[in-house]
Amino acid sequence: MKFTVDWLKNHLDTKFNNNQIIDKLTNIGLEVESFESSTSELDTFIVAKIINAKTHPNADRLKLCDVDVGSDKTIEVVCGAPNAKNGLLTVYAPPGSIIPKNQMKLSVSKIRGVTSYGMLCSESELLLSNESDGIIELKNNKYANKIGEKYFKNTSEKVIDLSITPNRPDCLGVRGIARDLSAAGAGKLKINKKTNLKYRGNQNINVTIKKEKAQGCTIFGSCLIKNVTNKESPKWLKDKILSLGQKPISAIVDITNYVMFDLNRPLHAYDADKIDNEIIVRSSSKGESFEALDNKKYILENDMCVISDRSGILGLGGIIGGTRSGTEYSTKNILLESAYFLPRSIRKTSKQLNIDTDAKFRFERGIDPLSIEEGLIKASELIKQICGGEISNLDVKKIENYKKTIINFDPFLFEKTTGFNVENKELIKILEKLGFNVSKNKKILKLTIPSWRPDITQPIDIVEEIVRIKGYEHINTLEPIKTRLKPTLNYYQKLFHFLQRSVASKGYSETVTWSFTDSKINQLFKENDEEIPIVNPISSDLNVLRNSIFPNLLFYLKKNLDRGFKDISLFEIGPAFKGKNPGDQLTVIGAVRAGKVSRLSWNDKERIVDTFDVKKDVIQSLCEAGIDKEHIVIDDKTPSYYHPGKSGGVYQNKNEKVALAYFGEIHPNIIKKLDIKTEGLVIFEICLDYIKELKQKIKDTKSEYKFSDFQKSERDFAFIINKNFKSQELVNIIKSVDNKLIKSVRVFDVFEGENIPEGKKSIAVNVTIQSEEKTLNENDLDNVNKLIISSVESKSGAKIRS
Amino acid sequence: MSDIKKIKDDYIDKLNAENNVDKVNNIKSELFGKNGIISNEFKKLGSISVEERKKLASDLNNVKDELQNKISIKIQEIETKEINLKLEKEKIDVTLPERDIEIGKIHPVSQVIDEISSIFSEIGFSVEEGPDVENEYNNFTALNTPDNHPARDMHDTFYLDNNKELLLRTHTSPVQVRTMLKGKPPFKIIAPGRTYRSDSDQTHAPMFHQVEGLHIDKNINMGHLKGCLNYFIKEFFEVDKIKMRFRPSHFPFTEPSAEVDIGYEIKNGKIVIGEGDKWLEILGCGMVHPNVLKNVKVNPSKYQGYAFGIGIDRLGMLKYGINDLRAFFETDYRWLSHFGFDPLDVPSNYRGLSR
Repeated sequence: MKFTVDWLKNHLDTKFNNNQIIDKLTNIGLEVESFESSTSELDTFIVAKIINAKTHPNADRLKLCDVDVGSDKTIEVVCGAPNAKNGLLTVYAPPGSIIPKNQMKLSVSKIRGVTSYGMLCSESELLLSNESDGIIELKNNKYANKIGEKYFKNTSEKVIDLSITPNRPDCLGVRGIARDLSAAGAGKLKINKKTNLKYRGNQNINVTIKKEKAQGCTIFGSCLIKNVTNKESPKWLKDKILSLGQKPISAIVDITNYVMFDLNRPLHAYDADKIDNEIIVRSSSKGESFEALDNKKYILENDMCVISDRSGILGLGGIIGGTRSGTEYSTKNILLESAYFLPRSIRKTSKQLNIDTDAKFRFERGIDPLSIEEGLIKASELIKQICGGEISNLDVKKIENYKKTIINFDPFLFEKTTGFNVENKELIKILEKLGFNVSKNKKILKLTIPSWRPDITQPIDIVEEIVRIKGYEHINTLEPIKTRLKPTLNYYQKLFHFLQRSVASKGYSETVTWSFTDSKINQLFKENDEEIPIVNPISSDLNVLRNSIFPNLLFYLKKNLDRGFKDISLFEIGPAFKGKNPGDQLTVIGAVRAGKVSRLSWNDKERIVDTFDVKKDVIQSLCEAGIDKEHIVIDDKTPSYYHPGKSGGVYQNKNEKVALAYFGEIHPNIIKKLDIKTEGLVIFEICLDYIKELKQKIKDTKSEYKFSDFQKSERDFAFIINKNFKSQELVNIIKSVDNKLIKSVRVFDVFEGENIPEGKKSIAVNVTIQSEEKTLNENDLDNVNKLIISSVESKSGAKIRS
Repeated sequence: MSDIKKIKDDYIDKLNAENNVDKVNNIKSELFGKNGIISNEFKKLGSISVEERKKLASDLNNVKDELQNKISIKIQEIETKEINLKLEKEKIDVTLPERDIEIGKIHPVSQVIDEISSIFSEIGFSVEEGPDVENEYNNFTALNTPDNHPARDMHDTFYLDNNKELLLRTHTSPVQVRTMLKGKPPFKIIAPGRTYRSDSDQTHAPMFHQVEGLHIDKNINMGHLKGCLNYFIKEFFEVDKIKMRFRPSHFPFTEPSAEVDIGYEIKNGKIVIGEGDKWLEILGCGMVHPNVLKNVKVNPSKYQGYAFGIGIDRLGMLKYGINDLRAFFETDYRWLSHFGFDPLDVPSNYRGLSR
């Protein structure tokens, strides 16, 4: 909502200066977006100084000037003026400026092979005089300190731009703003002058509001103004319209707009001679159409509120008029409309047709239903003043009477909500100035709500009115209450923070990417999940919710590889969507690692990152988060985007059916499809929701501290075994030989090939054996060894290597 | 006696000249071995008179001690020399680079969420979460923003179905609704998370982060709201003084509503929070609207309280001098390394919010 201070003063007697008004507006909830002069085409012309003028290399009559325009660098301008010389103060017009004399827009151009950025101006070019022999010479004493400043002073009045919240339709007019300011002590609201307008004759175009279920209009007021001379608006009116940031059109249109912004009372003017007999306010039928004043043809749905005559639709009530009955300079007789349209109806229609107008914006928020006559009178008066003519009696048709809203307000609610007290007297004064009618019934205030405040429906609304006018600075700042109702984080929230930092500590940089992604990439990772399209995506390559974190992660990995990074570790923790309903989402860590380990190391051999790098990262992170490594089970069933032979799933224990994590190489087809160029690429993912909450807190899980001081022995075994036999199983077989005696089993060598039969491999393990009760003698150890060998051989089909 | 002395002197000289541990050991057995010179001298003691024996034995013992002492000193001397020589040879260039440090980083958004959670934890708030996909009711209607309300236009919403029933939450406020529907008052929660609006330009991203706050109890008033936010802002920006301004505003789900500005100034091209005469809007808040409380089955005549919503990304930008919001979500490795935080730098009260 834009207006000038002058305009405000038409409604407000105030001693406040501009800054005080600005502060007051902000303090009562009318947020000031800006307070500045409306921009002018002359703003671009600035005071400049020629630092150095030398002859153009290709033209003797031209000069090449280095010009100081107040910024860090000088600007090079080619100039033909004979008086261009070092040290001259003059006026500079940058590219984009419009030269007043010929209305030409400047652009960067080459003049005889040298680029000129803008130009230096003569008085004639700026329409200051006829002097065109040289560029302007500014006086040193006046302009030496003004280099870089605007040459033309902007004389237009400063415009206040308010951001009006949707609950305050009344402040979409200057009068409403003045009323709020007066309530807050910024002056006195001026009383509207009584009009001595003379009416002549009746409004003889019959108006009918059809009684329909979906009728969106409840009041239709109008008057006829005959024998007008439509013309350009006078300067004062043009200035007002310009200050709103709008273009003046004609006196009649400008007046209706002016009244709308002045009183928040939208009006519409029809060329009465173009109306076919009568006005019918009715609901549209699907398929009806009309040409609107924005020069678009609209095809309507059922139940849109239209103003029509016998020939068809004239306009969409409260939204936009039609071209058929629009006023022109030649218009002689006008019908002026001032109506009330239901916000709900306006909103629905404008949404369906995607139209936004100032009238729509206001009716949608709620126009004062009692302002019908006021609007007609004010506009008629202005039209008569400017365009002449005779005004008919006002005709107001209604299908519903306005009902006052009454609220019984207990002033204690104010103190209870705000924490401070305002005397009843002051409180009543504030409300009365805002237009409330107040009567007292013991402690309760009976309030009649002003007709322009549709937002006020219950006592809490009254509290807000009082506190905002009184000022939020009166609210005390109380010490925070520190009482805690429950622990800050639950198990999964702690897990989230822990794993996040745990993974980062393994060298991965955390990133945050969109929750949506490109369906083309997403489908490579979605497995059996349903695709979740966004109906109105921000762009076609962010058109689905991500089923996995990897589409975005790999997309950005590629970008970083393209930037020239080779060794990259990235992860994200966040949602992966499994369905389109609320809650169909999992919290997942996705991590990628690309490139080499020990690249260009002077002492270590460099190697490509591999599956066991990410396996370590994932297992260590899980262990750090409290999962018992002893119980973790690995298998080789993984989603299809993993390399089928080089990836694994991680289970919290042997009874779990769902893997809580996967790790491994990414499928080569995907690398190819995404065109990722890197030496190695491994990934892992952890699904936090699949981690089973530990039943006990750590304080309850610490068992009695026991250790054995008896001598421990280590034995090495090498088995020849089927190539596909999993080492994890071999280790388990060995451990199960004697869980008490066998303290650890470590695989220290795996190989295939030479001396090993086809389809077999050799696995070497180191077994630590220790008793808690005694030192084992050779005999005991031999027994264990034999048991290990026989168990492994019988359960796995392996053969001990001798 | 002179024999012994001579032996001793000879061997001391010999030992002095020796530089090899093995040879010293040879000398040792030459002297003290089974048939060693000194051993033999001791053997002779049996065949001489008692008086002479006493004297000789004493002399012999002295010589023995002296030689043995000399031998062990000599061995130690040689060994030390050898070790020093060996160490000298083993010297490496310790200025050569260490093995690669694997530096991971925490994203500023995560760090700021942890900072915020830590501050609110201190004054008794617990963390709640809600889904990113919401239904129309929780995101709007329950929050006193019915379908025909113009306030809906302020939220450019991403929809997942044509009936506009399912959407990406436009703010974290639906967590208020979920929390209150599933529990009984009092409530004292914050809810950080992702939020979505379908606009995208220099200062808007289609996804951003908010933290919701909600405190409902029997006598919570606007003074508590002011106190809570004043505490938070001061703690978060880690300044002693903060200029803060409560300004009336409007949100459908709170009444009275306020926007909060903090004072700042630009010094040497950097924003300084808490000083100066410029104002920067950082959050919206207010007393929870009675209609909202009714919608979530809380009796507004018994319970009341406040709610607030803060833009997390914005706070992070202000605190850590990040200019471009879009960069938060572009995964530029250089940016992540520059603005990211060490994973061990966990914000906490006792260790300090930030380093």
